[in-house]
Amino acid sequence: MRALFALLAIMIAMPVAAQQSVPPAPYAYRQLDDPVQEAEAQELMETLRCLKCQSQSIADSDAPMAGDMRHQVRIRIASGDSPEQVRGWLVERYGDYVSYEPVLSARTWPLFAVPAILVLVAGLLFWRRFRRRA
Amino acid sequence: MIAEIGLAALWLAAALAVLQLAGGLAALRAGENSDLAALTRPAAVLQGGLVAISFAMLLWLFAITDLSVKLVAMNSHTAKPLIFKLSGAWGNHEGSMLLWVTVMALAGALIAGIERRLPEKTMQATLAAQGFVALGFYAFLLLSSNPFERLPEPVIEGLGLNPLLQDIGLALHPPTLYFGYVGLSVAFSFAVGALLTRNVTPDFARAMRPWILGAWVFLTLGITAGSYWAYYELGWGGYWFWDPVENASLMPWLAATALLHSASVLASRDALRVWTIMLGVVAFSMSMLGTFLVRSGILTSVHAFAVDPERGSFILILLGLYIGGALLLFALRAGTISEGERFSIASREGALVVNNVMLSAILAVVLLGTLYPLLTEAFDVRVSVGPPYFNPVSAVFVFPMLAVMAVGPLLRWRRDSWSRISREMALTGALLLVALVIFGVVSQVALLPLLGLSFAIALGVASFLPLRGRNLRRVPIAVWGMVMAHFGVAVALLGMASESAFSTERLAALAEGERTSVGPWAVELQAVEPIAGPNWTAMAARMAVSYDDGEPIEIAPQSRNFWAPAQQTTESVLVTRWNGQLYAVVGSSSNDGRWQVRLWWKPLVTLIWYGGLLVALGGILALIGRVRTDLKRRAAVRKGAARRLEMEKVS
Repeated sequence: MRALFALLAIMIAMPVAAQQSVPPAPYAYRQLDDPVQEAEAQELMETLRCLKCQSQSIADSDAPMAGDMRHQVRIRIASGDSPEQVRGWLVERYGDYVSYEPVLSARTWPLFAVPAILVLVAGLLFWRRFRRRA
Repeated sequence: MIAEIGLAALWLAAALAVLQLAGGLAALRAGENSDLAALTRPAAVLQGGLVAISFAMLLWLFAITDLSVKLVAMNSHTAKPLIFKLSGAWGNHEGSMLLWVTVMALAGALIAGIERRLPEKTMQATLAAQGFVALGFYAFLLLSSNPFERLPEPVIEGLGLNPLLQDIGLALHPPTLYFGYVGLSVAFSFAVGALLTRNVTPDFARAMRPWILGAWVFLTLGITAGSYWAYYELGWGGYWFWDPVENASLMPWLAATALLHSASVLASRDALRVWTIMLGVVAFSMSMLGTFLVRSGILTSVHAFAVDPERGSFILILLGLYIGGALLLFALRAGTISEGERFSIASREGALVVNNVMLSAILAVVLLGTLYPLLTEAFDVRVSVGPPYFNPVSAVFVFPMLAVMAVGPLLRWRRDSWSRISREMALTGALLLVALVIFGVVSQVALLPLLGLSFAIALGVASFLPLRGRNLRRVPIAVWGMVMAHFGVAVALLGMASESAFSTERLAALAEGERTSVGPWAVELQAVEPIAGPNWTAMAARMAVSYDDGEPIEIAPQSRNFWAPAQQTTESVLVTRWNGQLYAVVGSSSNDGRWQVRLWWKPLVTLIWYGGLLVALGGILALIGRVRTDLKRRAAVRKGAARRLEMEKVS
């Protein structure tokens, strides 16, 4: 009875499994043999956006596309590319959106200007408040 | 019939919110004893009762799975366990809005029933603000998101609930955050009441403080639980993604933390009046932003938002009205409040001001990082702001704040000298230096985790220094609360830094009977077996894991397939030891019959959530301490009044 139920369960589950008919690329779920290269790849993957997910890096996702991107990152690192070269290649393909690491540009300068202004404002606030009585 | 009762109760509650608003306005114009003003408190109590009935009706509809109601048909399923049927009531847009306004109206009923410290006029203005905020929610529910809408034809089966959400933790997670948001809205109502009647006093801060503390405890618990949920449910070992939805709960927490400290200064020293009011306004704005932005879908994508422009515009108008109105009121009235008592930088207040500024700056960074991508997306420029931005930029403000946090509680109110606490400061500084050298030079840890580890250790010790030389049995409960909460921050920080510095990962494709290892763990995949649950089937991977050649433990992570709606999830297994967690996940099989196995060894990772719990516990202790002191004071005042009356009679 239990075996029958399990069989039934697997049959019902089939359509879900069928959604991803192509097997994941080899290095999607496999680490590089060289631990130094793997660490580099891992660090890079944590700063690349999974384009199919909501706010997850490709290092945190089961999405097939994230798997493909992990594969790409690992084989490129293994073939001797530097992490920044790999990032550049991905940005060229998918746009700035794919990289979580912010670069100072015409579109992103407020992200850097505002914290700098905050530091100044905070400093000014303290100076004005405490200069006479400190 | 049940749905109609619920809807009718909701309309009546909305009408009472109008009455509450009118009553408060009448109090401002004609004085607290006018006929209309006297109705404010009863209206608030009745409104609470009615909206509670309305929410109970919604729960009832979900419990019996009434498929003629659109909301039930869209979000529930007859085959679901009862607890998830009930949690389905608030696991959707309409239901969660109703829950929000229910909690808010009940809170309003509570302050209308018991809060008697403040002048009556201030209370009525407070309740009017409360009614005004609630009114927006009622309008939103009744005009654009009616939870009780019927379908023309009942459906045969519901559409189900996202299987990721069928989890007890997640069933309780949104209500916890909502309690926090609502607590902040009550604090805001007090701030508005005090602003309108020009009555920003220590008494006002004392009346507001339990609500801030309560809200803060709920937010802390909500964030901690949400983070743990993401950690074990998503199956990749991440616990914080700087996702806009997470930030939406973090921002109110940051504002509430600042508000809490500022209100403490106002309550005990009558200083920082304007700061407290401003933080009250900001904390409320952040909770509105949190609630509405998450619900509007704008955070996922500006384009998702445009799919339902009617609801979206409604939300934007409400947000603009509330936040804009609150800021406008603050701008108009802030000038009439004097700053209050002065103090020097080497004082408890000075340290608190520094930390409030730091917290506000962190809040600004998170807000900017969350909203900036939305802003550029509106102009068709897609930018990603993620951990590589948030971590270092917020660290610029976090670490100075932690340093002040270690020293601040040691200082006296108003005016103190650094030399008085030089020994404690030297001890903390020495700990920091030693830790920096050990982890930085010897273990070669990267900069941010290195600072995290070192500050955590120094702060962990420093957080107990305020107790030095005191009779521990006579230390007030609220002080224990502070010590506990500060220690909790250090503990959570240690967990985060350790996770980041010392985690090891192993991805492997294993056939049955093969072995692998991760950190100090040896792992053997024994067998993979199919199993079935009430609304899912799964492949369970039986593994034997042993720590450092010890006794093997058997675990069985699963890869699950739900069928209503069809979705695949991973059920990870966590093996917790005192010094960390083993995290095991099984994925799908490859063509050669091997199974993808993901393993992590995360030293001290559990401290993140234990720290969160300690922080919340500290908040609870502080709350108990404050409420007890207030009750004692109330009893003393009553006794004094009775004695005076007696004396008058005698003479």
